[in-house]
Amino acid sequence: MPDENVLDDVTETPGNHSTVAGFDRGRVLRALPQLVVVVVLAVLPWCDISTGGILPANLSSPGSLHLLGLCLVFAALALSYDLLFGFTGLLSFGHALFFAAGAYLAEIAMAQFGVSLWAAAVIAVIAGLLLAVLVGAVSLRVGGIAFAMVTLAFAQAGSIIVNQDPGGLTGGELGKSLTFDKVPDALLGVVNTRHVYWVALLLLVVVYLLVTFATRSAPGRIWQAIRENERRVEVLGLSPYPFKLLVFVVGSVLATACGVVYLLLVGSANPSIITPDFTLSLLVMVVLGGSGNRWGAVIGGFLYSYLDQRLPAFAASDAIQSLPTVLRVPLSQPLFILGTLFVLVILFLPGGIVGTLQRARAGGDSRSLLRAALTERQPGREEKQ
Amino acid sequence: MNSIVILLAVTGLGLGALYFLVASGLSLIFGLMRVLNFAHGAFLVLGAYAGYQAGVHLAPSGATTISNGRFTLVLLAALAAGALVGALTEIVLIRPLYRREIDQVLVTVGLALAVGALVLGIAGADPIRFPAPAWTRNVTNIAGASIPNSRFLAIGVAVCVLVLIMVFLRYTRLGLIVRAGVENREMVTALGIDVRRAFTLVFALGGAAAGLGGALTGVFYGSVDPGLGSELLIFAFIVVIIGGLGSIVGSALAAVIVGLLQQFANYYAADGVGDLAVVLLLAVVLLARPAGLLGKAIP
Repeated sequence: MPDENVLDDVTETPGNHSTVAGFDRGRVLRALPQLVVVVVLAVLPWCDISTGGILPANLSSPGSLHLLGLCLVFAALALSYDLLFGFTGLLSFGHALFFAAGAYLAEIAMAQFGVSLWAAAVIAVIAGLLLAVLVGAVSLRVGGIAFAMVTLAFAQAGSIIVNQDPGGLTGGELGKSLTFDKVPDALLGVVNTRHVYWVALLLLVVVYLLVTFATRSAPGRIWQAIRENERRVEVLGLSPYPFKLLVFVVGSVLATACGVVYLLLVGSANPSIITPDFTLSLLVMVVLGGSGNRWGAVIGGFLYSYLDQRLPAFAASDAIQSLPTVLRVPLSQPLFILGTLFVLVILFLPGGIVGTLQRARAGGDSRSLLRAALTERQPGREEKQ
Repeated sequence: MNSIVILLAVTGLGLGALYFLVASGLSLIFGLMRVLNFAHGAFLVLGAYAGYQAGVHLAPSGATTISNGRFTLVLLAALAAGALVGALTEIVLIRPLYRREIDQVLVTVGLALAVGALVLGIAGADPIRFPAPAWTRNVTNIAGASIPNSRFLAIGVAVCVLVLIMVFLRYTRLGLIVRAGVENREMVTALGIDVRRAFTLVFALGGAAAGLGGALTGVFYGSVDPGLGSELLIFAFIVVIIGGLGSIVGSALAAVIVGLLQQFANYYAADGVGDLAVVLLLAVVLLARPAGLLGKAIP
């Protein structure tokens, strides 16, 4: 167990208490909101209610569940990214590489080796683990911005390989569709969309629990210490490198698992999930929701992918189409809206949605909140001197 | 055989020239402000489209072959658009986030996404033919190799930009402030010099070089499309890192190496291998010299 002093200036994230192992009522009460959310999400497929245009159709319809399932997968992916970015302060631009590896490798394992979906998932995750060790070991030799660029380059290498379609494995620009006969019948077809939706929900729950466990473990404390002040961790006699490598591998393996579920949900692996823009959108998700906070990452990922999928439908509506060109064109581009929103959040709402809500709950009217946003220097967000 | 080598070498240098035009600004901005500017690709695309618009409005209806005088105006329009957007970015987005360096990087990410989507919405996804004089589309024979003149144009402009930046940094007062700021920002501030003007200037300069690079990319490939920025930006990032952050000469050197390696490997091995070789080169350079070829260690 490392010196406890490392944690002197670590800002406690909400719910990040070190509790005594074993049953205690406070802990159960604290976990109540999470439990309620999971139960509500789990029973959605049985709720045949109208959504008034918020979703493509009724709540329990396959179309709506498919959209929500994607939102859940991206929430889990954003959470795995936040483990690196928000909890450890590693600005990686290569996270999409592992997500895409999960989708592509699982598909290739099924198509080429003829293994079942479950075996393919295991193979993909193990391959993702090895890839993460390799990429992490090289990238983490440099720090800060150089690290960001090296991971970006690795992701670009992956993108090139996928687009080149070596040996017909990846399907090039068209992507590769799921080998359906290797997938259990219960997860196939429009009728069974709810089952795949539950798989996505299970993924999010598992990722959430693992991230919670990891951040509360001994290495998890070191990760936060590295985020706050890496030099100090070194001075205290700990080498940050193995801890950074560990968090990189954990986050990447979780991303690989998300990729496998994505393949199952969408029915194909396509090059759009390995573009640099995709990694950038992960960053947008985490910061929108609030980085370094599990709820923030989950809400950010969920909201981003919801808007990304639904905004085109809103843009096609008569209300938008009847606007003059100067308004219609920008409003028809989801990424324009999301990019602008992101810039505004960084400028005016440091801490993202969740951080702002917490500050609001802690008291303060909107004007002082804004002023705080404009003048505040967030702890642990400046470059390490 | 020999003619192929010459063709590949000149094309590689031309590609390196484009990389340098993007990388020089990136490197200067990072050296002075520690901001990794993801919006640099957006500056490039905006420059390219501004040049295209200028060409369209100046030329008689729909002609994509224009006179040299008009072409100069096209290049100037691209340069001005890049400089303007660069300066505005610094003043509106970067300056309010003073001392929040991670947020400064994030804000450029948001800007890159928004501008990319906007250009896509206005101009559409299809490539559009870029206006250029006829001579840029002709070829020159060198030792049996037929080389498109646009390659020479890119190389010539990049060399001019390199010389201009070097002169600016070495012989002007503002250049001196920028160099000192790259060396030690706190000290410059402590001496009572307002570094913020240098920040805006460096963004404008980098934007101008990127805008010019956008127009030349249009000439190089014959057309422009909204995806141009992100593709070039990645290789420009790699060039900046290999050359050493904040070193202009390093960027130039790395741009030449990367452009040549990419061309030769893509031709002699297989398509796509050159792109991978560049990534591999980056990994090797970083493992051997984490600060890059001519860079100083990043604090």
